Amino acid sequence: MMRLGGIVVAIASAAAIAAPFFLKPYGIFLISTWAVLTIAAIGLNLTLGYAGQISLAQGAFVGIGAYTVALLTPAGVPFFVAFMAAGLLSFAIGWVLGYPALRVQHHYLAFVTLAFSTLVFLVLRNEEWLTNGIYGIAGTSRPTLLGWQTGAARDFYFLCLGVLALLSLATWWMLRSPWGRAFVALRENPVRAVSLGLDTRRYTLMAFAIGSSLGGLSGALYAPLVQFIEPSSFTLGLSFNLLLMVIVGGSGNFFGPFVGALIAVLLPEWLRVTQGYYLIVYAAAVMVMMAFCPAGVLGLIERAGGMLRAPPKAAGAFTDGAAT
Amino acid sequence: MASFIQLLVSGLATGAIYALIAVGFTLLWQTSQTINFAQGEFVMLPAFFVLAAMNAGAPFWMAVLIGIALSIVILGILFKIIIVDPMIKYGVLPLVISTIALSLFLKESAKDFYSSQAQPFPALVPAIDIRIFDAVVSTQSLAVLAVAIVTVVALNLLLNKTRLGRQMQATAQNATLARILGVPVRRMVLYTFLLNAVLVAVASILVSPIYLAKFTNGETLGIAAFIAAIIGGFNQVRGAVLGGVILGVLDNLSAAYISSQYRGAFPLIILIIVILLRPQGLLGRIEERSV
Repeated sequence: MMRLGGIVVAIASAAAIAAPFFLKPYGIFLISTWAVLTIAAIGLNLTLGYAGQISLAQGAFVGIGAYTVALLTPAGVPFFVAFMAAGLLSFAIGWVLGYPALRVQHHYLAFVTLAFSTLVFLVLRNEEWLTNGIYGIAGTSRPTLLGWQTGAARDFYFLCLGVLALLSLATWWMLRSPWGRAFVALRENPVRAVSLGLDTRRYTLMAFAIGSSLGGLSGALYAPLVQFIEPSSFTLGLSFNLLLMVIVGGSGNFFGPFVGALIAVLLPEWLRVTQGYYLIVYAAAVMVMMAFCPAGVLGLIERAGGMLRAPPKAAGAFTDGAAT
Repeated sequence: MASFIQLLVSGLATGAIYALIAVGFTLLWQTSQTINFAQGEFVMLPAFFVLAAMNAGAPFWMAVLIGIALSIVILGILFKIIIVDPMIKYGVLPLVISTIALSLFLKESAKDFYSSQAQPFPALVPAIDIRIFDAVVSTQSLAVLAVAIVTVVALNLLLNKTRLGRQMQATAQNATLARILGVPVRRMVLYTFLLNAVLVAVASILVSPIYLAKFTNGETLGIAAFIAAIIGGFNQVRGAVLGGVILGVLDNLSAAYISSQYRGAFPLIILIIVILLRPQGLLGRIEERSV
């Protein structure tokens, strides 16, 4: 079944590369948004799906990354440096926030991150000398890399896609390493993980900090993509949205964030016919899904695949191929 | 000094409303491990029920009763049957996600089916300022305080002095043991959902004249209720009351004396400190639960 997974990934990648040649500018903007949000969702999937902790601060980390780039690049800092700075800053803040917060876990972490997310919003809004307050920052320029100008929509999309590909490969590699397997062990059976000598708290903290840094990197692309950022883009609403993306796609599934972000970006467009009611439809759909299939869309597909094949062993092999 | 008393009274009034919301929140947690992320929206909605009833021609008092009844049916019974029951078997996390989706659903529904504009909401008593020494205190604040105190006292009597209340407490403390002793556990859990629905409806009717009825009201109120519940103690009714009052007073005093721009930040900082130093809350017990 490994091979089937490989074929699906190859087709999806080809589609992602070919897509901008068939789309109007607005369509290209949408798939760029998809690529950027997927990066943040991959980070949240590490925290939620692999380490099993609910974080409601991912939107705030996207904001931190976006503001880092929007403030540093006009000061003459090269984009690449600002991009790395956004990731490092988010990693550091995630570490400092997670270190004490992970003493209490689960729903308490949800509340601490919720509080943090509101605090970040207040700082972005109130510290006008730094962030320009509610007026936001406009015109973050798109970078030039080794002579390649990414000012045009299609070029910038390829930059986002390239970064997404690199970061997913890095995450994939990390999850296959002994480290990543420790994350999964933590989620599956924390007591056994501890008894095997894993330092639970350190691994959970690493998952949270790395997840946060992916949020920051996503924000670093978000600022030049939309070219206008303001505090209200990064409120709790964005964090909820990212959380729903991970859940809808299938949390703990490597490809879950890709599918979830695609649904979250495309659904409002498809549901245009319902006019203002799309959020109602979306919310209702999420509730129905949680009741019948908490493993998300990919979980649903896997379940359907498992039913087609008679021996339950085969279904397990498929899960291993796609999820680790 | 005069302004301090004024701030204290209005802070107590806000805190009393937070307390009602937080008490309902902790009741649900105690009996069914439901963390209701839509609790804020539960407070936003009954005001719209009341307004809809008034638009249909009902007088205010009848509209209030209709609002409470609708909220018992929709936010109590239907919430339990449609959302909580099918999901609780999967553990805490899916239900958390589902109530997050529910909060979005309720907020957007109120916006699309009623109005996106803030609606004026009739007050319980006419707004008259009373002078106590030098301080000017509004009758509205006093009325809010009075209603909230009566509600909390009535709830306490119900929980501690009646057979029904003791059965509910037994369910909250140890459902298995309660079942062995013959307590109808499932019905008791349903009753806590009804109690929560009444509490949020009362809070809604108290808060809407002050903040106006608006679909976004739930955001701040919900967070305030979580914080109050955690500060006071997630597993204690009186903890939630204490947390709500502390929060309301602190909110008003810090906005006046420290910084109004960072008004929203003080409760959050207190929250983080409490979680780090005393995760079980000021009055809470340490829970030995594996989830």
